[in-house]
Parts: sequence; structure tokens; C-alpha cells
Amino acid sequence: MTSDNDRRRGLLARLRGRPVARSRGRRRLGAAVRLVAALMLAGGAYAVFAPGAQAQDNPPMSTAASEGKALFDVSCVTCHGRNAQGVEGRGPSLIGVGAASVEFQVSSGRMPMARQEAQAARKPEVFNRDEIDQLAAYIQELGGGPVVPAGDNLHADGNVAIGGELYRINCSQCHAFSGGGGALSSGKYAPSLKPATDRQIYAAMLSGPQNMPVFGDNQITPEQKADIIAYIQQTLKHDGDPGGFNLGRYGPSTEGVAIFLVGIVALVFASLWIAGKS
Amino acid sequence: MKRRKFDMAAVPGNTARAVDERFQAATPLRKLLNKVFPDHWSFLLGEIALFSFIVLLLTGVFLTFFFEPSMTEVIYNGSYAPLRGTPMSAAYASSLDISFDVRGGLIMRQMHHWAALLFMAAIVVHMLRIFFTGAFRKPRETNWIIGSLLFWVGFLAGFTGYSLPDDGLSGTGLRIASAIMLSIPVIGSWLTSSIFGGEFPGTIIISRFFIAHVLLIPALLVALISVHLGLVFKQKHTQWPGPGRTNDNVVGERMFPRYAIKQGGFFMVVFGVIALMGGLFQINPIWLFGPYEAWVVSAASQPDWYVMFLDGSTRLMPDWQIDIPIGDGYVIPPLFWPTVVLPGILVGLSTLYPFLEARYLKDYRSHNLLQRPRDVPFRSGLGAMAVTFYVILTLSGANDVIADKFHISLNAMTWAGRVGLLILPPLAYYVTYRICLGLQQHDREVLAHGVETGIIRRLPDGRFVEVHQPLGVPDEHGHGELPYAGWVVPKKMNRLGALGPAIRGFFYPIEKPAEAPVSPGHPPVEPRPEREEIGSGETRR
Repeated sequence: MTSDNDRRRGLLARLRGRPVARSRGRRRLGAAVRLVAALMLAGGAYAVFAPGAQAQDNPPMSTAASEGKALFDVSCVTCHGRNAQGVEGRGPSLIGVGAASVEFQVSSGRMPMARQEAQAARKPEVFNRDEIDQLAAYIQELGGGPVVPAGDNLHADGNVAIGGELYRINCSQCHAFSGGGGALSSGKYAPSLKPATDRQIYAAMLSGPQNMPVFGDNQITPEQKADIIAYIQQTLKHDGDPGGFNLGRYGPSTEGVAIFLVGIVALVFASLWIAGKS
Repeated sequence: MKRRKFDMAAVPGNTARAVDERFQAATPLRKLLNKVFPDHWSFLLGEIALFSFIVLLLTGVFLTFFFEPSMTEVIYNGSYAPLRGTPMSAAYASSLDISFDVRGGLIMRQMHHWAALLFMAAIVVHMLRIFFTGAFRKPRETNWIIGSLLFWVGFLAGFTGYSLPDDGLSGTGLRIASAIMLSIPVIGSWLTSSIFGGEFPGTIIISRFFIAHVLLIPALLVALISVHLGLVFKQKHTQWPGPGRTNDNVVGERMFPRYAIKQGGFFMVVFGVIALMGGLFQINPIWLFGPYEAWVVSAASQPDWYVMFLDGSTRLMPDWQIDIPIGDGYVIPPLFWPTVVLPGILVGLSTLYPFLEARYLKDYRSHNLLQRPRDVPFRSGLGAMAVTFYVILTLSGANDVIADKFHISLNAMTWAGRVGLLILPPLAYYVTYRICLGLQQHDREVLAHGVETGIIRRLPDGRFVEVHQPLGVPDEHGHGELPYAGWVVPKKMNRLGALGPAIRGFFYPIEKPAEAPVSPGHPPVEPRPEREEIGSGETRR
């Protein structure tokens, strides 16, 4: 054996020291023994961990869930697949996304999607409240996952001061200080929070739709979620803009547009007028 | 008791005589009051900047009465509920108090901010007027340099003021400024730690910026503005060429009373526009940004518009980092080029431009007459190039807002900015150059052939010819010999007094339009109407 061969041998072989020349028969025998051992190990492990043949079928779905499945089979199946397992290149698997995700995506009209693009846009919703609940029940019973608490007002006991601080730390990077939204890379964006309901904001935090990270209950507790929602709904949406027209709250960029379109234009007309009176 | 008769009418005269006997003020004052200023709307653009500076001083003094330039941490307990109980710096708390608890504080703050934006905008517009009309040429190069310095000092004033409220947006801007200073090779870290008194943000920066913003920079601005205006007085104002106007005289109005009254009125208008904007448009809602914390950076964090070009250049710069393996190793970060080198080049180019142009044209004479942009195509082209460059950088500074609101990919915006920055300025040069030549050509054509009358005549042999009204006495070919004077050439018959209104008012004509000619072949050319009442505005209709 050349030293070149030696270098190519594996780590284990090198640990064993210099190989002794073995007959072809012995090597074949060793390989066969190793194969049998590996097969037995794999088979045994499968027998231990895999659900037994005696396991029951899934428990029967509730009425709501089966109605949800009927809706799913009409409107969602193209992209999410027959059993919500997802379709490569079209839509992700919905196993484990939970009712919260369904609630957010369907109630804001993002799902069913109109077309494949960088991000699903908000649009008038296709399903009514009952249908959304049925779809949510189906997905929930199919794979489990986070659920939005009951009720339409989720910020009743929220504290806007704490919520404001949490909002600025966790949300303003993308949704902007004003809640007006902002750009992300490659045509993706953080949407405006203006049309969002309490339940949608809560569901978005729980499920992390599209490009948003998940803010689970161990990161932001349900009380803190209520604070954030209170800040968005009470302060950002009802601030009243004490300074006057808010120019869309896009920050200094629209202020720069305003000083030229209003200030400079008005004063140039004034100077035309004054110089014209000579 | 006998009352001594008091002659009220003699008081001003007596007082003036008394003053003159003591201070010999009459001769210089008469000279000053009789000073003549040429009149044209474009000469009033600089005044917008001057007057907004006065508004800045007035509102700024009001704000200092209530602002506390300190980074001491306090718990906010004012009337803005969503921040109550939040720990913040005293500077931010006092800014909130100005906005919510001081009577008239919010409108003062907003007027101050709008006046700052207007100050910078007026400087830029004024500078464009100076540039495109060639007013910077000898003997006024010094004033051009002072003017460009005023832009950069105003830039510093704006930035330090923007940093004072210590809200989330201010702190983000300060962090970027500290990063820019850090990026300077070799001296960067010393510079930053000496300005911030240690590591960013430290505890001293707001106090230092405050004294710079309310004392040092305004003093510098006042000094520069005084020299700027003093030089305008000394060197006299430029004027447009025209009848009776030469390189050696100034045709216009006396300083007193008309010019002074007009300027006083214009100050009121500027003040009014700023007050309206301060009252109607919300600017920089600091209460929504919250107190500055290093981990809070909002989307759409932009500087004010005059700094945005630096933000844009940073966004467009590729990440080209230069490592220099000497000693422990030095790094020139990519940030250095768009934020230190680029403004350095811009300052150098803009201040030196008058000398570069004089050298290029070998023109070292004094010029007191302005040039129309069309008459110097290469300069207008260069100006268009510079404006395009600046606008692309400024738009790129807001490219995330544009991308979001107009549904464009942010990456596409960045690449459009990079490509546009290289391609569009030369294109703007070419297009402007051609437009200037075209306008000149049109003027020369009118001088040679006369004004189009809009009348087509059919000759007995069936040809059609267009009837022109010559401006001067034509030769046998119908061509005039009027020289090209670099001033407005009438292009329409009504500017000659033949057809329509001869005198144009503001928005609508002062004179009634004349009747249309009855016989199409022979337009009645009436004598010029008397022009005694030009511009009074009272006699319309």
C-alpha cells in the first residue's frame, strides 16, 4: 500500500493502526456481519418508536371541523395540498400552524391568495366569521398549534405606556413608529396596522405570518400582548395628531416634500407678486 | 398759567437735526436710503432664507426658556398619557412638556422646525438662481463661497437641533453621526470619544449640542449672513440685461421707501407662511418616537431633507471594505466614502466653481449683468447634472418609504439609484444643453424674421406664406439685423401691443384684450398704448 492510499483511509481505520493484509473472504464476511447488524438496529428502533399497527384512526372530527374541511377542499387545496401538507413551490404545510394562523390569514383577506407574489396583500375577506371559525377548527384539529383567546376586545386591561415601550422595541423596526408599515427586502413589506383588529394583531404575534417573527407567549406574555394591542388601538389610531395634518406620518421624507410643495411654492408666488408690483 | 405752545410737526426734524449734529449720520444714511436695488422676483429668494432665519431666532429663543439640555434620567409624569411612567432623559421630558404642557409650545416647536426646513430650502433655491444666472462671477466669488458655507453651517445647525429632543429619531441620527465619525481612518475613534465624552451615547452630548445649537452655530450664521449682505451692499446687486441697463449701472428702486416697505411686507408673508405650516402641518411627532434607547430603531427613520442625500449615498454604496494589514490592522469601512469623502468633494467643488469656470473660459473680467441660463449651455448643463445627482441621492435616502408606499421592491430601488446615479446626470447635461441651444435658436430666429402672426397668406401663384411681424426695419428679403442681446425676445404679437393685451398683470391682464383683426390679411398694427400706469394694478378694467 502506498502512502497515498494511507492518507485516504478513514479516521477509524487510522486509529486501528496500520492495516494488516486480510484475505478477500474475511473482508466480505465482515461486511455482511456489519450489514446485518445495522439492519437489525434500524428495524428495532422503528419497532420501538413507530406507532403500532394497533393504533386507532384519528378521532372523528367535530362538525365545525368537517365543514371547515369542506371549505378547505374547495378554496385552499390547490396550494396547501389534500391534507394541508403543503405543495412544493405553491404553499406551505399547515400542520401545526394552529387556528391563530387561519384566523389572521383568512380574516384579513390575505388567504385565499389572488396570485403568487412576494407577499400576500390584505384585501376584502372571502369568508365570513362562521366560515373562518370552521376553517380554523379544521386546521386546529388536524395539527394543533396556537389559538387566539376568545372575544373581540383583547386590549381591555392593557396599559398603553408599557405597550408603547414594547411596541417600540419589538414592532417599530418594521411597522414604523406610526404603525404605518415599512419596506422589507425584495418587495416584501410590513403592512400598515391601521385596518388590523385586536384578534388579527394577537393572531399575528402568535403565528408570525409571512415575514413576521413569532412572538410566543414565553417571549411576550398574554398581558404584554394586551398592552401592545392597547397601544396600537388606542394611541396610534386615536392619537388625534395635536400638531395638525400628519402628512401620512411617514417621517421626515414627506416633511421635505411639504416644505417645497407648500412653503417654497407659496413664497415664490409671493415674490412674483411683490416684484410684479413695481 | 401760560401753556407753552408745542409744535408737534417740528419734532422729527428737530430730533433728526440733533442726532446729525452729534453723530454726523445724515450723509451715510442718505447714501444708504438712496441705495438702488434692481427688481426681479428671482432676487427675492435669498430673502426667504434671511427671513426664515429671523423666525428661527425668535421661535428658538422661546424654546430655550422651556428646554432642559440634560441627559439626566427622569420619570415622565406630564400630560401625555401613553408615556407616563416611562424613564427618559430630562431633555426629552422637557421637549414633551413644550409640546403638551407649555401654552403655545407645540406651534412654536413646529414653526421652528418648519422654519429650519424652509431656511435650507430657500438657501438651495437661492443658490440655484445664483448659479444658473452666473451671478457668482467676478467680483462676487467671495459671496458665493460664503453662501455655500452658509449651507453647510445651516446643515450643522439643523443636525444639532434635530438631535436635541433626544427622542428615538434623534438618537438614531446621532448614532449614525457617531458611526460616520468613527469611520474616518486613524483619527476616527479619538474624534468620536472626544465629542461624545467617551463611548456613544455618553452623558454629555445633549449639553454640548445645545450650546453649539443655540450659541456657537447661530453666532457663526449671523456673522456669515452679515458679511454676505454687507458684500451685496458693497459690490451692488447684479441685474438682468435690458433697456438702459449696463455693466456699470444699477436700475431699480431706492432702498427707501418702496424697497424697504416691500421687504417688510415680504417678511410678514414669510412669517405667515411659516406660522400657517406650523399650525396646520404636524412635523416630527416626537411623542410617537418615544425616548431614545439604543435598541429602538423605527422603520422610516430618515434625517431632514437636506441631510437625506447623505443617507441616500450610504444606502447606494456597495460594501467595499478596505483592510490595511499594518500593525494590528486598519480598516477603512465603506461608510467612509459616501459620508465623509463625498461631502468633502461636494464642498470643494461647489466653493471652487467660480474660479474653475473663470479659468476654463479664460474670463477674468467683472460681470454685473446676469446671463440667462440658455445663453451659457454648458453651465446650465453642469447645474442640471448636479441637481440630478443630488435629487437621486435624496430620493434614495427615502427609498424604503418610496418602496413601501408605491409597492416597489426595495432592492430594485437601490439598484435603480445606483444605475441612475451614474447614467442620469450625464443625460441631464446633454438634454439641458440641447434645450438651451434650441431656445437660443428660437430667439435668433425671431430676431431675424420677426414674430409669428398666425396669419397664412396665399400668393397669386398658389403658394402659402406665413406673415411675420419684423421687430426692426427689414431689408429687401424681410430680414432684420437685430443683434442677439441675451434678453427676452417677444414671441407673441400681443407682447408687441398689436393684438392682445400689452401689459400683463398678475394672473390676468391689466389691459383689456384688443378686438381681433377684421381683415385677416392685414392685421391692424395700432400704435403702442401709453404705459404710464404700468404695474399699479389699480387701473385694471
